[in-house]
Amino acid sequence: MEIKQTALAGTLESSDIQVTISQGNHGIEIDLDSSVEKLYGKQIRKVIIETIQAYGIENAKVKAVDKGALDCVIKARVMTAVQRALGTSDEPNWEVL
Amino acid sequence: MEERLRRTMMFVPGNNAGMVRDAGIYGADSIMFDLEDAVSLAEKDAARILVYQALQTQDYGDSELVVRVNDIDSKYFKPDVFAMVKAGVDVIRLPKTESAAMIHQLVQVIEEAEKKFNRQPGSTHVMAAIESAKGVMNVLEIAQASDRMIGLALSAEDYTTDLKTHRYPDGAELEFARNMILNAARTAGIAAFDTVFTNMNDEEGFKREVEHIHELGFDGKSLINPRQIDMVNQIYQPSQVEIEDALDVQAAIEEAHRQGSGVISMNGQMVDRPVVLRAQRVIRLAQASGLLNEEGEFIEE
Repeated sequence: MEIKQTALAGTLESSDIQVTISQGNHGIEIDLDSSVEKLYGKQIRKVIIETIQAYGIENAKVKAVDKGALDCVIKARVMTAVQRALGTSDEPNWEVL
Repeated sequence: MEERLRRTMMFVPGNNAGMVRDAGIYGADSIMFDLEDAVSLAEKDAARILVYQALQTQDYGDSELVVRVNDIDSKYFKPDVFAMVKAGVDVIRLPKTESAAMIHQLVQVIEEAEKKFNRQPGSTHVMAAIESAKGVMNVLEIAQASDRMIGLALSAEDYTTDLKTHRYPDGAELEFARNMILNAARTAGIAAFDTVFTNMNDEEGFKREVEHIHELGFDGKSLINPRQIDMVNQIYQPSQVEIEDALDVQAAIEEAHRQGSGVISMNGQMVDRPVVLRAQRVIRLAQASGLLNEEGEFIEE
């Protein structure tokens, strides 16, 4: 599965994360901006990568601005961004969800 | 239907990450995640997935978990129901309910989803929001539309608009709907929830309204702010005298059981079933208010 269209999900409010996903050619590249990068950066990246890979996507560019989101919020926002990029928002991929 | 306290149903906007995360810490009897009016059209997909993920991973304690899905005629309705059934939500709340047929339609989609996601058939309950004159006039058939029904809720903003009025401080415009909903709920053996009170600066008005619906017999109230939870619980809290009477009734029941008698008597008089039911509810309320422990003993201050 390829990302062809850029999509954004989430907000910059506290406890949220804003995720922008766009076409990439070199695996999943993540640009992460988080005030807790030192403590949780690795974990945030892991959640982002696993969520994207669950859709069978190998290449994508991800810009993530984290405002202290829990894993379940990170997962939800990445899923929303991926589904928007794939144009499947109204018929979610139930196997991945 | 399982008897449980439903004094407070707190509304939580489904796309607000912080509020969805914290919803469990205020001690609401029911938490209602909203995918409908609190979410803009552009964010319907995001809210659905956020609530789904939160339901999968967050601990909301003993609160009953309810999700208000989008309008039955909207394109969001089916994916909303599917996602929430898959997440294992306790109750799906249907907005703008006007007929039993709408509840049947909802139940049909739930059945399809329960099968698809291997959830126990019948495990997803439903409730109806009554938001129009038509809904009020059909409220009994709605209340009796399905075994999955757990409650009815009045939604006053849409309802008063439909009636060509608006909300007044004395609530006279809602009296007919409140009584119709309450009596339909009792006929069907389900819960009745009053509408939200939106003016957070009018604490007196809020208390007056809660006292009024408590007097009518409503199970509880829909709330938009966690600050309102304690205020409702205080009004629903039984008095010392009510609790002592209830404990006397309970003791009489236990005495009758010990003697193997089907007739419960107290002070030489027979205790009727309504008295027993009322006593049981008072004890449940007293326990929830932290006045009695699980054994039915007073908790010292």
